[in-house]
Amino acid sequence: MSAPAAIRIEALHRRFGDLVAVERLDLEIPAGQIFGLLGANGSGKTTTIRMLTGLLAPTSGRAWVAGIDVVAEPEAVRRRLGYMSQRFGLYDDLTVEENLRFYAGLYGLVGEPGRARVEELIAGLGFTERRRQLAGTLSGGWKQRLSLACATAHRPAVLFLDEPTAGVDPAARRHFWEVIRGLAAGGTTIVVTTHYMDEAERCERLAMLWRGRLVAVGTPAEIEQQLGAPTLEDAFIALQEKDEAA
Amino acid sequence: MSLRTWPLWPMLRKEFIQMRRDRLTLGMMVGIPALQLVLFGFAIRTEVRHLPTIVLDEAHSSESRALVATLASSTYFDLVGQVDNRAEIPGWIGRGAAAAAVVIPPDFTRDLKRHRGAQAQVIVDAADPLSSASALQGAMLTSLTWAPDGTPPAARRPVELRVRPWYNPMLASSTYIVPGIIGVLLSITMVIITAMAVVREREKGTMEQLIVTPIDRTGLMLGKLLPFLLVGYVQMTVILVLGKLLFDVPLRGGLPLLYLMAFPFITASLGIGLFFSTLVKTQAQAMQAGFMFVMPNILLSGFMFPRAAMPEPAQALALTLPLTYFLEVLRGILLRGVGFDALWRDFAALTGFAVLTVALSVRRFHKTLD
Ligand SMILES: Nc1ncnc2c1ncn2[C@@H]1O[C@H](COP(=O)(O)OP(=O)(O)OP(=O)(O)O)[C@@H](O)[C@H]1O
Ligand SMILES: [Mg+2]
Repeated sequence: MSAPAAIRIEALHRRFGDLVAVERLDLEIPAGQIFGLLGANGSGKTTTIRMLTGLLAPTSGRAWVAGIDVVAEPEAVRRRLGYMSQRFGLYDDLTVEENLRFYAGLYGLVGEPGRARVEELIAGLGFTERRRQLAGTLSGGWKQRLSLACATAHRPAVLFLDEPTAGVDPAARRHFWEVIRGLAAGGTTIVVTTHYMDEAERCERLAMLWRGRLVAVGTPAEIEQQLGAPTLEDAFIALQEKDEAA
Repeated sequence: MSLRTWPLWPMLRKEFIQMRRDRLTLGMMVGIPALQLVLFGFAIRTEVRHLPTIVLDEAHSSESRALVATLASSTYFDLVGQVDNRAEIPGWIGRGAAAAAVVIPPDFTRDLKRHRGAQAQVIVDAADPLSSASALQGAMLTSLTWAPDGTPPAARRPVELRVRPWYNPMLASSTYIVPGIIGVLLSITMVIITAMAVVREREKGTMEQLIVTPIDRTGLMLGKLLPFLLVGYVQMTVILVLGKLLFDVPLRGGLPLLYLMAFPFITASLGIGLFFSTLVKTQAQAMQAGFMFVMPNILLSGFMFPRAAMPEPAQALALTLPLTYFLEVLRGILLRGVGFDALWRDFAALTGFAVLTVALSVRRFHKTLD
């Protein structure tokens, strides 16, 4: 790993009352990598991403995104990151174009540069015919695509995607991953959570979370090795069985 | 961040688009106050007139009988009986058999003949403010138009019909109440719609998305606040126009002054709504908080009960409510036609509330989820 770290996490810890949602997490993610966060429901994926995006303050520990301390300078970090939440964050009563213009505008993309960027996204993601459609009336796949477009309108250095393909059909998922790969090839660092093992296989590196704890990290092949399982799915299920036994 | 790239602008644009599309809410914001006012107005129109009235005629002259006949022929009073002395009046009114009594004193005829400005009395059961208001109106109209036959026009002098309200000496009349309605409705809707608007974004998950953008807290809060300021003005205008058309609310003072004074009041109400939005989690809770806030406003601000008649602690509490000051403003401008020199203290207080509530909610609003 010669590239500089786009994300560095040191002993990041978050409690909700008595519950430890993320336990002293250490991670380093190089720039331009597609990095997967895996783990069962409630294992702490969303909480980790929320801390990295400044949405939740860590109980302790530190993290740097694009070289900036997340806790000390949350606003500076926000200009450099894009975030697609589990709930898509679209305004159902705005059209495709209005959603894009709105989010681009919040990053200071207004006037001619703003309009140009919105047009670029509309054309690039195939929204030309749907530009005046209300976001609320889009199908799942198109909503996801629009949500991604909104999150990347300002060309962030680091992109966080929280279960971006949940409830989306295979064709839309394939298209989505093509776009993701394109972004990564352009230098964007991508952190993505997923419950689909075929998607996990497409990540360059993965972190496996179990009850807020990091239990394995590495390439998909390394993870299988570390957890002594023939496939990622087996590794995942072995962890879950461990969970039920505990 | 330059002014041109301030996230407030896209935020405002978005809010206006959403407002335009949300016809139902928009309709309710203007329609409900209008409906309430109309209902109130018609309730008064139907109840007010034809007050059962008794007469005590101590003058026993043709002039006094003519006055009684004029009063009876107006739609305000219906004669239901004659009494022979004052002691009988409380019985009639107390039983509810009469809502008003016309008393013509013995020297009425003499004063009238000397063009001295004769006096008669209309006693009303003011426990019902609506009937006293109508008695007042009926008596005024009659006194202005009535003169005994044969009086030369130059010598015509209005008969002074004194209305003596019983049971409610402060006389909360309809003209007194309607300006108050403007204030009460404004504060209810402003507080609730802002609180709801912020909480809705949180419930829908768009707030999470907004927070990760570089929008500053001030831009975000102002973006939520300014569009509703406009709604507040529209609402106030609707109530004023309807109040004038249906209800004959007088407009004695300057409208520009009223609109100026409304600025800090509406802003303060919006600020309170924003503040509530930082305390509650769901739209239902926002609604409840709004109504909980409105109750003391209605009871303490002087809208329903005169503040002077309230116990000291209640009076002190009333001073912490923006509505208390705005009612002074509304009544001062609409009913008494006073100018800024009489209202600057209220203006200062309202401005203080506006700055305080907005600053407090910007401070309380954190760009995090917890
Ligand atoms: N705001 C909160 N208050 C209390 N507990 C919370 C809060 N947010 C998350 N948790 C808890 O923290 C733990 C981790 O949750 P998190 O949402 O990070 O899991 P996740 O891996 O994203 O799960 P999923 O796959 O279901 O999205 C869970 O037990 C969850 O209930
Ligand atoms: Mg999650």
